[in-house]
Amino acid sequence: MKHDVIEKNLGLLAVLTALVISVAGLVEIIPLYFATETTTPAPGIKPYTALELEGRDVYLREGCYNCHSQMVRPLRSETERYGHYSLAGESVYDHPFQFGSKRTGPDLARVGGRYTDEWHRIHFRNPRDVVPESNMPGFPWLEENTLDASVTPRKMRALRLAGVPYTDEEVAGATEAVQGRTELDALIAYMQVLGKASRTWGNE
Amino acid sequence: MTSGWSWFIAIVALANVAGAVWLLLANGRAVAADAAKQTTHVWDGDLTELNNPLPRWWVWLFILTVIFSLVYLALYPGLGNFAGQLGWSQQKQHAAEVQAAREVQAPRYARFAAMTLDDLSRDPDAMGEARSLWANGCAGCHGSDARGAPGFPNLTDADWLWGRDPETLVTTIGAGRIGAMPGWQAALTDAGVEEVVAYVQSLSGAASRPELVEAGATRYAMFCVACHGVDARGNPLLGAPNLADSIWLYGGDAEALRVSIGQGRQGQMPAHEALLGKDRVRLLAAYVLSLSAGSGNDGGTRDGSAAGGG
Repeated sequence: MKHDVIEKNLGLLAVLTALVISVAGLVEIIPLYFATETTTPAPGIKPYTALELEGRDVYLREGCYNCHSQMVRPLRSETERYGHYSLAGESVYDHPFQFGSKRTGPDLARVGGRYTDEWHRIHFRNPRDVVPESNMPGFPWLEENTLDASVTPRKMRALRLAGVPYTDEEVAGATEAVQGRTELDALIAYMQVLGKASRTWGNE
Repeated sequence: MTSGWSWFIAIVALANVAGAVWLLLANGRAVAADAAKQTTHVWDGDLTELNNPLPRWWVWLFILTVIFSLVYLALYPGLGNFAGQLGWSQQKQHAAEVQAAREVQAPRYARFAAMTLDDLSRDPDAMGEARSLWANGCAGCHGSDARGAPGFPNLTDADWLWGRDPETLVTTIGAGRIGAMPGWQAALTDAGVEEVVAYVQSLSGAASRPELVEAGATRYAMFCVACHGVDARGNPLLGAPNLADSIWLYGGDAEALRVSIGQGRQGQMPAHEALLGKDRVRLLAAYVLSLSAGSGNDGGTRDGSAAGGG
C-alpha cells in the first residue's frame, strides 16, 4: 500500500492510526486484567478494614502520593532499605493503586510496624519533633477531624462493585468501626497495614 | 497467564513488527518513473513537492531496529509466557544481586561475628556499616545524632532504661521493648496526681508546689514504689526510669508529668531481629555502645567488660 493511498483516505488513516497506537495497550495492559499474578492476592493480603480504608482516603486527599511511593523495586539497594520487593498481587484491592512516581520522602510500601502508633501521632502533628531534618509538612488537623462514619459503608459497597470481596457483615459493621475515630487514627491504621503481609514472605 | 493470552500477546507483538517491515518495504523503495515522483501539490505556479524514496541510511537504521527487536524478543521475556533464551527475570536478577553482595559481605560479617561488642564498637569498618543501618532503621525515632526526642530515648547519655550491657542492648534491639506506665488518674484522683507530680519533681530538686511533696511521698510509696523503687532510681528489669535525675523521657514539667502519671505512657521499641537479622542487630548494639562511650558509662553498668577500654 502506497502512503499516498493512506494519506488521501481519512477513514483508512484513522483506522490504521488507532491500530498502531493501541498495540502497546493491547499487549501490555489488557492481559493484566486476566493474568493470575495481577488478579490473585499475594499471601496474607486482605481487603482494607473500614478504618484502614478511611485512612487510605485521607492519604489520597492529602496528596501523600506526591512525595511517597508505595513500590519497592526488585533492586538490592531498595530491598535492603525497605524489605521485600512489591508484588503485583499486593495491589489487587487497591482502587486505584498508590505506586506513586516520586520519592521526596521514603517509600511507604513496607512502613507498617516500622514505627509505633505513638511515633506516627507525633510525626503527623509535626515531623520535626522526631526527625529534625525532615521537610515533610505537618498535618495537625488530622487529629481534630472526626471521620464521617455514614459514608464508609457506601465506599465499601462501591469497592465491592470493583471486585473487593467485602462481606455484608463487614459493610454493616463499617459505621460502627469508624464512628468517633479521627482522621489521624484512620491514617495510622492504614500506615500500619502497609507491607504487613510481606513480613511473612521471607527474604527471597 | 493462560496460554490464550500468551498467544495473543505473542501474535500481536510479532504482527506489529511484521506490519512495520511491510510498511517500510511498501514505501521505502525508489520510485521508478520520474513522473511518479511528482505529487500533485503545486504552489506559486512552479513549486512542487517531490515524492523521493526514503534515505538509504534511514531505511537501514530501521531494519537494524527490527533485527534488534527480534533478537531481544528471542533472548528476553516479551512474548507472553515465553521466558526468552537467556532465562532472565527481575526476580532472578535481584536474587543474584543479593547473593553477590552476601558473598562480598560474608568475610566481613564473619570477622564481626567473632568480635565482642566492645571491640566492634571501636572497629571503624563495623561502625561504618552500623552508621548506615542506623540511618535507615533507627534515626527515625532516636534521631540521626541519637539524641532522641520526647518519648524516644537519648542514646548518647549515661541514663539507660533497660541497661547498657551488651546482651541487654542486643535483646532491646532484636526483640524490642514495651515500657508500660499505667495511668493512675482513677486510683489517685486529680488531687493525688498533683501531689505525686510535686513529689516526683522534688526528687530532682525542682518541685513547683513544695506544699504537696509530703502527701505525694505517701502516695508514691503506695503506688509507684513497686516499679520505680524506694529511692526512685528506677528498675532496668522493667524499663522503669530513674526519677531522681534530671533526664526526662516525656518531659519533667508539671504538665508532662501530669499526663505521664494520670494517663500513663506506652513506650514501644519495635523488634528488629526479623527485619535485620542477628549480625546486624549486634552491629547496631555495638554502635549504641560507641555512641555513649565516654558519657560516664565506662566502668558503669558494663560489668567488667569495660576494663579493656581506653
